[in-house]
Amino acid sequence: MPTTTTTPSTSTSTTDTLRLATAGSVDDGKSTLVGRLLHDSKSVLADQLEAVTRASSGDVPDLALLTDGLRAEREQGITIDVAYRYFATPRRRFILADTPGHVQYTRNMVTGTSTADLAVVLIDARNGVIEQTRRHAAVAALLRVPHLVLAVNKMDLCGYDEHRFTEIVEDFAACAAGLGLPCFTAIPVSALRGDNVVTRSPAMGWYEGPSLLEHLETVPVGADLTEAPPRFPVQYVIRHGECRYYAGQLVSGALRVGDPVVVHPSGRTSVITALDVLGTEVTTAQAGSSLTLRLADHLDVARGDLISTGAQSPAVTRYLSGRACHLAERPLRVGQSVLVRHTTRTVRAIVRELGDGVSELAANDLGRVTLRTADPLVLDDYADVRRTGAFLLIDPVDGATLTAGMAQTTEPARAA
Amino acid sequence: MRGVTLSHLDALESEAVHIFREVAGEFERPVILFSGGKDSIVMLHLALKAFAPAAIPFSLLHVDTGHNFPEVLEYRDRVVAEHGLRLHVASVQDYIDAGKLRERPDGTRNPLQTVPLTEKIQSEKFDAVFGGGRRDEEKARAKERVFSLRDEFSQWDPRRQRPELWQLYNGRHAAGEHVRVFPLSNWTELDVWQYIAREGIELPQIYFAHRREVFRRHGMWLTPGDWGSPTECETVEKRLVRYRTVGDMSCTGAVDSEAMTLDSVISEIAASRLTERGATRADDKMSEAAMEDRKREGYF
Repeated sequence: MPTTTTTPSTSTSTTDTLRLATAGSVDDGKSTLVGRLLHDSKSVLADQLEAVTRASSGDVPDLALLTDGLRAEREQGITIDVAYRYFATPRRRFILADTPGHVQYTRNMVTGTSTADLAVVLIDARNGVIEQTRRHAAVAALLRVPHLVLAVNKMDLCGYDEHRFTEIVEDFAACAAGLGLPCFTAIPVSALRGDNVVTRSPAMGWYEGPSLLEHLETVPVGADLTEAPPRFPVQYVIRHGECRYYAGQLVSGALRVGDPVVVHPSGRTSVITALDVLGTEVTTAQAGSSLTLRLADHLDVARGDLISTGAQSPAVTRYLSGRACHLAERPLRVGQSVLVRHTTRTVRAIVRELGDGVSELAANDLGRVTLRTADPLVLDDYADVRRTGAFLLIDPVDGATLTAGMAQTTEPARAA
Repeated sequence: MRGVTLSHLDALESEAVHIFREVAGEFERPVILFSGGKDSIVMLHLALKAFAPAAIPFSLLHVDTGHNFPEVLEYRDRVVAEHGLRLHVASVQDYIDAGKLRERPDGTRNPLQTVPLTEKIQSEKFDAVFGGGRRDEEKARAKERVFSLRDEFSQWDPRRQRPELWQLYNGRHAAGEHVRVFPLSNWTELDVWQYIAREGIELPQIYFAHRREVFRRHGMWLTPGDWGSPTECETVEKRLVRYRTVGDMSCTGAVDSEAMTLDSVISEIAASRLTERGATRADDKMSEAAMEDRKREGYF
């Protein structure tokens, strides 16, 4: 096999894909905005547009129908579940999670936002910042989405008024500061008319920033992961002849042949003797790569273990504390038995606390959770590495996904 | 290393391999749906990479409508032998012969696949079934999760899907239930073709322009065969065509094309103003929610 110094075909300096999620309340025009983005970037093909035109009640194609694909969504005129859309411009490719804004579907917004590099929060310019806007901003803050866009929609219904826009941006800034959101980009748009969605609008000469699409094409993405400490959760052990290959995806950092490593939670040490990125033997592998690695020593390494290089070690603990979004209809209660799914590991646990004396979390509640686990977890603070800080709570009886969690390892240790 | 990130195709490949390995780590009896179409061929290629140098720890399942393109069956049997794989076949023809399914008046067998598929899943006790479905194909598929839990009747309920966060796929299921798994969820048709070109993956020849006897029905070029032939008002002509999808011969249409190489196929798709299903699949045109309805019944 050829040996190269790095993973093949990775010479680009910026990511050529942006993953984004949209959130807005009912009737804010989110589906229309997404439809407009797809339509005006010429990502809608003739047969799709024909189908939408056929299904539209008026003379003009209803662009919202491009995204509201389920029967129930069309009947009720709302978005129920996350839909994923794919489009590209000459500058970048986009994976868009179109998420519902209804309070009862907060879990779907959390779903769509968990893998996003950027979130677009939509506001109806006539209504300004409302309760749902605060909720969307809170979810973006909770999930630590790296970039946030505030799209102030329906500017055409406010006479394209600059003062109204400024007022809303100031309101949102106050809300964002309270949530610890670092910064955001505000863009005045009209999804229905296409103002500032793909092309800049002549109707808002006072606005000097980019159109939404221009911003999406140029926002910097991605380099953080390669600079984080190396984390390699073992997914699967491949045995072939006398050799054992540890297969997994390097979620952060870089690994090199010759690196001394620590296998958690056992704490045993060894040295990487070979790295293989899907058929190509390499000397260095980087974050995001699915690979296999071999170690100098014959250790007992299994699915669920995590390999690091020892620098900036992860926490190995039976106490898990973090922020939570409860997803299921049935509540989460103190004392309840759950399964914790974290990287490639699933362990039994008991809910010890739900923060500030709360005894249960109901569907779509944002809160806190502290758990005691039967076996140790190897984790990072979600703020440092998303993939090794994120966890799910699962009902051991029927396997339902109950709660999404984001670990905080900096919490003071609690007594048993 | 600073600032270096994976290319678009590398990232998609890495994500798909991660999904294959999760299934290998979590399930007892996974199977890959294999039709001999380009998406399932790419899935097989990714699975081979995911477990190399060892063999793929899964078998294959072909739902045979009985209306196959001969070139595709030949391809199927060749790759199965080459990689020493086990192939299960669920046959629509067997069901018709046994009186358990009835031929439709329009002769289309694609919608008939669901029953043999779901019964095979039950009888073989498959607990994870890989499908090549992509979210860019169709608006109901755009709502699909990567891990999609199905009940003992294989039903999909879009309103009761498990939330799916980060890359933490929840595959827990009760006995009799199974999970449909879609490693190509985030790929587009163009991604699939660019990946085939980059990896030098061999495809059945019907994907490239060739002269073939076809006739026009409902705006599509169909190939006559055992499944049926032109009516009195349809005439057979010899045309230079290729296929964008491979399915049942009765409902999969060819497109006029001069693209005989991968590069020319990619240029043609990049310039096309029609989606692959819109251009060549009659089964999706049956109603506004045809795919959603079939998926609810257990179609993949």
